[in-house]
Amino acid sequence: MDRRIRAPGIPAFLVISSLIVSACSQQATPGPAATAVATAAPAQSAAPTPNLRGAGGELKLLFWQGPVIMNPHLSQGSKDQEAARLVVEPMASMGPSGTPVAKLAAEVPTRANGGISADGTTVTWKLKSGVKWSDGTEFTADDVVFTYEYMADKAVAATTASGTRNIKSVVARDKLTVVVTFTAPTAVPYQWGVAETSAILQKAQFSAFKGANAKDAPGNQKPIGTGPYKVKDFKPNDIITYEINENYREAGKPFFKTVQIKTVADALTAARAVCQTGDADYGWSLNLAKDQLKPFLDSGRCNNIVTQGTSAESINFNFANNRLTGDQRAEPNTSHPFLSDLKVRTALAKAIDRQTIADQIWGGLTGSASCNLINTPRELISPNTATMDVCKYDLAAANRLLDEAGWVKGPDGIRAKGGVKMEIVYQTTVAAFRQQVQDVVKKAWESLGVKVELKAIPAGVFFSTDLNSPDTASKFFADVQEYANGYGDPDPEVFLSAWASENIKGRESGWRGTNYWRWKSAEYDALYFSLVKELDPAKRRDLIMKMNDLIVGQVVSIPIASFLRPVSGAAKELKGPIANPFEGDLWNIADWTK
Amino acid sequence: MGRYVLRRLIISIPTLLGISVVIFAILAFAPGDPLSQFANNPEVPFEVREQVRRSLGLDQPVQLRYVSWVTSLLRGDLGYSFASKLPVSELILQRLPATLAVLGSAYLIGLLIALPVGILSAVKRYSFFDHFATTATFIGFSVPSFFTGLILIVIFSVHLRWFPFIYDSTIETQDLESLWRQIRQTIMPVAVLTFFYAATMARYVRAEILENLPQDYVRTARAKGLRERILLQRHVLRNSLIPVVTLLALGLPHIFTGAVITEQIFAVPGIGHLLILSIVNADTPVVMGVTFIFAVLVVAFNLLADVCYAALDPRIRYS
Repeated sequence: MDRRIRAPGIPAFLVISSLIVSACSQQATPGPAATAVATAAPAQSAAPTPNLRGAGGELKLLFWQGPVIMNPHLSQGSKDQEAARLVVEPMASMGPSGTPVAKLAAEVPTRANGGISADGTTVTWKLKSGVKWSDGTEFTADDVVFTYEYMADKAVAATTASGTRNIKSVVARDKLTVVVTFTAPTAVPYQWGVAETSAILQKAQFSAFKGANAKDAPGNQKPIGTGPYKVKDFKPNDIITYEINENYREAGKPFFKTVQIKTVADALTAARAVCQTGDADYGWSLNLAKDQLKPFLDSGRCNNIVTQGTSAESINFNFANNRLTGDQRAEPNTSHPFLSDLKVRTALAKAIDRQTIADQIWGGLTGSASCNLINTPRELISPNTATMDVCKYDLAAANRLLDEAGWVKGPDGIRAKGGVKMEIVYQTTVAAFRQQVQDVVKKAWESLGVKVELKAIPAGVFFSTDLNSPDTASKFFADVQEYANGYGDPDPEVFLSAWASENIKGRESGWRGTNYWRWKSAEYDALYFSLVKELDPAKRRDLIMKMNDLIVGQVVSIPIASFLRPVSGAAKELKGPIANPFEGDLWNIADWTK
Repeated sequence: MGRYVLRRLIISIPTLLGISVVIFAILAFAPGDPLSQFANNPEVPFEVREQVRRSLGLDQPVQLRYVSWVTSLLRGDLGYSFASKLPVSELILQRLPATLAVLGSAYLIGLLIALPVGILSAVKRYSFFDHFATTATFIGFSVPSFFTGLILIVIFSVHLRWFPFIYDSTIETQDLESLWRQIRQTIMPVAVLTFFYAATMARYVRAEILENLPQDYVRTARAKGLRERILLQRHVLRNSLIPVVTLLALGLPHIFTGAVITEQIFAVPGIGHLLILSIVNADTPVVMGVTFIFAVLVVAFNLLADVCYAALDPRIRYS
């Protein structure tokens, strides 16, 4: 007499339900990493004298996204590249002001020193002599060339592969000279070779793994590098311990004997450990709400390491008709029933009180109101948007504009014209602050007589390339979508290409275009093509500002706020961290002291 | 009995296959992308992300991917993580010690508390102790672990500074000092879980004993003049603990999967933590590996529970 009911379905149910329960309990995934530009940063400490190598005991860093791999070219996110940055180095770092700082290079090639050819097609890198890998072997131009080939190899499937675009060849002229030849004159000569995405791997360690077997390389966990530290122990998503690379080229550095990167659940835990209990020295990327972050900073135990970032939170309109069904839904050749009207877009933009939203949510601690898409470097910020009508909050004017455009309120209070009701589906990713912005904007638009339906989609789904999901940013099956968009290089050419009509892609091409909003403008395209060809920095600046102004003026995207970066917390005693919008927080860790 | 076990083992094969199909399908059809963290980074364009998807085999149809997963499983290979490129088995082994240390000790301590508390509050029903224990178990059962965890952190880490709230898995126990550090960092997560386990089990023990106390055989034994202690030990306890043993056996596989929330709060690098991160990052091989091992354990411990049941209760015969 079996008193218990047994059915094969029960274990299955247990497993699946536990899977579902765990999925529901997950922490909110972070929005896409903001990238950024530099201004204020704590003063850099005086360089330690030579006898200080290893004088400083243990440095404890907390990350709330766990690094999983130490090969920056197979990384799954910027956190992996940051963790690898202690070990592997690029030829030059991108400095906080947007100019490169030589690392493995003897000097940064420029037009002035002849490193960049007059026609702008070749860049010649001279390397430092006498640099050694952590295993004691010599670092040469062969390693640099190998790294290029590794990144460009399709079978390797490097996530940093786009750095190798438009490059014809990278060759070693001699042991310490590398010549990069572009397919055409380039305005972005530092696209490859500069910053952590171009970190140099050791040829001897990786040459057997340049291909489909890239995943099997032991160097993925313990790369041999030229940086200040080497990996002692690596547990993905948990803890990484580093020890000094005794062959590091700079005498007297690094100061700390060992470094530890520990993964914790969220930014709040990291902030608590750095700013409250003093259990750690540095908390990475504390993307907290103003009200959460402020008490920690007020406690006086830690500094907020920030600078102006490249990332701006903006609301984007859909120019295609997402109301159609089947294969025609939001196809580029369709036109949105009301968002294609500039007056309507202007009215919706004018109803948004970006100042109040930004003050309430970020309060200048992590971000501030901005009506520009390009917010850094300083010389690229457009002064023109400040006086633009579309950037001014004015509900009455917004109502007038909609009246003028012929959209009248029906008995249900919703504006309509020719049988079309003004109903908006407004989507964004799941993040507390984004839902706050959604609520405020929804109230404002509803006061204009626009019906708004809100949708919040997990970031992992929203930004996926999965063609089966209807909720991706690239499909944009909604009227309005909001998220933060930024750029990694100080030159925003790639970022600005997302408004060029050549990047509009529909169903047929699997939505593989970056112009999600399907905006077509001959004027913008002309500016973009001039930018791609223009080599003169002053003229480029002018074009970039014009493009920014056109996007804002034509209300394709409504910038709400620009973010500061990296917003990391450092214990008061820690000296050396310099916020850098173009590199990870740890770009200058060799200079950190206590 | 032997034939019964064999039959159950054979039945478990299609069960496990069924489970793996369901989980694989859920993962395959759930939207998500291993590279979503790079999603709107203009430096990682579509072509690059597609190249990566192709290198992970994600461009293959679901059925082919499933077949290749099962074939490697039959060879004992759980595959490689999409994210860290490490073998799934290595990732699981890396996290097993912390998981077993924290959950195992919580389970054991929970049981050691639950048994006396449950028995005493059943025997002294409606006494002050019973009221106190019932309230405490009710709280332990209902208050979520993230709440008890945070309260412990605020009291013992932030204010008293007694225990660290970030688990350090690099501590190697070599001497008394490192052993003490190990214990110190384990106290809070274990306390949170013990509270929950003890509460759940104590309620069960109490209920089972209360169910047995009014039975005829108890009255008969009392009428015979058996002393209360002997009566409890020999008759009531033996009968009431049979279902408790089942409960315990069925709960054991959960030690393997870890405690997702508690592990997150205290940064314990356990298997629950691994599972949740892998789900978030669409790291299919790791999710499949962990859930499949869990499924095997659940099926195995179900069988074990049934076998124990027969051994403990002579009235039950399987054939």
